[in-house]
Amino acid sequence: MDEVATQLRDASRDGLVVMPRGGGTKLDWGRPPRPADLVLSTTRLDRVMEHAWADMTATVEAGCTVARLQHTLAEHGQRLACDPLWPERATIGGILATNDTGPLRARFGGLRDLIIGVTLVLPDGTVARSGGKVVKNVAGYDLPKLAIGSFGTLAVITQAVFRLHPLPHATRTFTFAAPALEPLCELALAIQGSQLAFVSLQLRAGRSAEPALDVGFEGTQAGVDSQQDELLRLAASLARVDPPRAVWRAREALWQGTEPAVVGTLSVLPTELRAVCAQLHDVGAAPLVGWRVVAQGVGVGQFRLEGATSGALLGAVQRLREGAERRGGTLVVLVGPEDLKAQFDVWGPPGDALPLLRRVKQQLDPGGTLSPGRFVGGL
Amino acid sequence: MDPRILDRFRAIVGRDGLLTEPEQLRTYECDGLTNFRVLPSAVVLPTSTEQVQAVVRVCHDARIPFVARGSGTGLSGGALPIEHGIVISLARMTRILEVDIPNARVVVEPGVLNLSVTQAVAPNYFYAPDPSSQQVCSIGGNVAENSGGAHCLKYGFTTTHVLGLEVVLPDGSLVHLGGATLDRPGYDLCGVFVGSEGTLGIATKVILRVVRRPALIQTLLAAFDSTNQAGAAVSEIIAAGVLPAAIEMMDNLAIQAAEAAVHAGYPDCGGLLLVELDGPAAEVAALMARVREICTSCGAWELRVAQSEEERAAVWKGRKAAFAAMGRISPNYIVQDGVIPRTALPEVMSEIERLSGQAGLRVANVFHAGDGNLHPLVLYDARIAGQEGRAERLAFSILELCVKAGGSITGEHGVGEEKKAFMSVMFAEPDLDTMQRVRCAFDPERLSNPTKVFPRPRLCAEKPGPYQPHPLETAGIAQLF
Repeated sequence: MDEVATQLRDASRDGLVVMPRGGGTKLDWGRPPRPADLVLSTTRLDRVMEHAWADMTATVEAGCTVARLQHTLAEHGQRLACDPLWPERATIGGILATNDTGPLRARFGGLRDLIIGVTLVLPDGTVARSGGKVVKNVAGYDLPKLAIGSFGTLAVITQAVFRLHPLPHATRTFTFAAPALEPLCELALAIQGSQLAFVSLQLRAGRSAEPALDVGFEGTQAGVDSQQDELLRLAASLARVDPPRAVWRAREALWQGTEPAVVGTLSVLPTELRAVCAQLHDVGAAPLVGWRVVAQGVGVGQFRLEGATSGALLGAVQRLREGAERRGGTLVVLVGPEDLKAQFDVWGPPGDALPLLRRVKQQLDPGGTLSPGRFVGGL
Repeated sequence: MDPRILDRFRAIVGRDGLLTEPEQLRTYECDGLTNFRVLPSAVVLPTSTEQVQAVVRVCHDARIPFVARGSGTGLSGGALPIEHGIVISLARMTRILEVDIPNARVVVEPGVLNLSVTQAVAPNYFYAPDPSSQQVCSIGGNVAENSGGAHCLKYGFTTTHVLGLEVVLPDGSLVHLGGATLDRPGYDLCGVFVGSEGTLGIATKVILRVVRRPALIQTLLAAFDSTNQAGAAVSEIIAAGVLPAAIEMMDNLAIQAAEAAVHAGYPDCGGLLLVELDGPAAEVAALMARVREICTSCGAWELRVAQSEEERAAVWKGRKAAFAAMGRISPNYIVQDGVIPRTALPEVMSEIERLSGQAGLRVANVFHAGDGNLHPLVLYDARIAGQEGRAERLAFSILELCVKAGGSITGEHGVGEEKKAFMSVMFAEPDLDTMQRVRCAFDPERLSNPTKVFPRPRLCAEKPGPYQPHPLETAGIAQLF
């Protein structure tokens, strides 16, 4: 930690551009930043400092991979209740900086609901702790939230404290398929409006795949068993199929493919999911060669558009964003061809808080040392 | 206050929206923490976002500090007025603007009461954060304090349920933070604003998430001989992988007070646990069987599940009235709010007992036991010379105990005026300084509740950077408090 502080302080004094890096799985997300003079890798800060299993909290260094943390926690039957992309390689610091959470969010919330403390190193070498080691704490500002999703533009995350959850006694996944999206979207809304205690709810669709809805349950055997009837009643008109292998890691396949592609995140209200998926279906027609989406019932989904040219991709993603914004939502392009990223604001309109975002950046990183240009509004 | 300024306020909010007479101002001189009192220069009661903006602009022009106030139920002096400053009361902004059940969203003005949100989405949904004052406290105040409540163990605090905010910044400009949809691009300033205790601006609109009511709710009362036994049961329940909707604990003194006040029908015992489970019926049944087993093995001699909604309501009424009930057994009392890691409960309890004996004052204990949030109530009699001072010292040494145990000086009541000196016990100077840099981004002129939360103000014109001690400090001649 002291080394991070020294390195950062020296770099910012010398006017260098520093890019914090964890497992390197999401370095191409966001705007292309100004070329970095220095890459600050956290991979040697990889210890699980403390697993207070009786208090159900853990303190972990930023460079620890998600899988290694989970492995350590599992020794006492516990876990960090989130399922980010590529857990074997993704680090704690990386998932925090990019705010990457998966389907378990339906029950356990996002990283903002699981983190209880953070240690940040600012470009001037200040080491600042916020939050603490207890689940409930309102002393001072909630700076862990500021770090989440900041894409390494405010401070380097060196340590985080999380609240933990028990590993479930029993789990079960149900998958329903239909020739069209509509009945599945309806089922997703019906499940969310019911008293079923699902932990994850995921819609999958694409040009060359039959749409499907996955519903995950956790709890006691008796509890899981008892919910099956109610679920099957809600889904009476749909075909139940076997869930594919690693169904809850379906998002990862969106990053696989050889054609030029855009991968991005759509966020809308749950009731608007049907409309944006329908639009994906429309914009995914020729001249594009393919589209896929994996969306959570809460309204956040990731999509992949494939096209022969980036011109075709650009048109498609522009239409998609217009559609999302018309419905009060947002669209962010995570990865895409360089020329597309040069022509398209990957983050979208920053809203009326941009001057405030700038002042926050100015206060914490006045010299623009950390990943300048990578974030919203060119921050 | 300069009459020309008052005229400007009057032009914005009308004659009946401005209070200046001392007897009117008296109502606003303190919040729920009554031992701090300051008379504001004026109280302004706007009815719209535009009026709040206009009032704040006047304050900004004239460099008048302001304190936003909801229902004034806060327990840390967060809404305590500032001398020569004004109070902006949001009590007249009480509209529920939108109820969207299919998306489980509600949009409200800040003066809407906490319980009104649940009533607006009843019977199938509810608003989860439930501070004991939920019948009277406002959503704006909840946002400022990041309020908790018994059911936060499972459902999370106010911050989990606030998705978006419309905020009037201290320069009068309007910003929208977060929104109805998740993960909006940008820093999570909505998350930073929640719990900032009125120091970053005034929320004028709040987008909330509401929760689907579970199929079954069951509440168990378990009587133990001691809080240590009850505490052991809490640890075992959690260790067994059960996450109750709430686990509350009361000691004998708290039980006596609650019984005297509301006749909740609690068993007379040394340590009472109240465990609430919710979810699908079969899940609740399986877990309740496990919880009963654990309680019995930890020494519970009476187990009682509330049999009806009325019984359940009575059980909760006793718990939620516990603070006020202290008036039945003591002329005066201090409500304290600290957090410890759950496992430290036995040693912290016996240390509280020791300190209480040493001070010659009784301490009643009410806990949100599941998350280690203690509410020691220090009982005293202000008519006896010296008791009040001793009670305050005892309350503060309990806080120090919490920090030493690895906990926090506040779990839900906030720092406000009361605990700002204690921030230095919990945080180092660079930690506080970093928080204040964020504050400078929102409120460079230090107008919004400027004297709260931090032990020492930071001048925002200071060059951002690590805290530089004054030469007199380094020389050991002066010290900052």
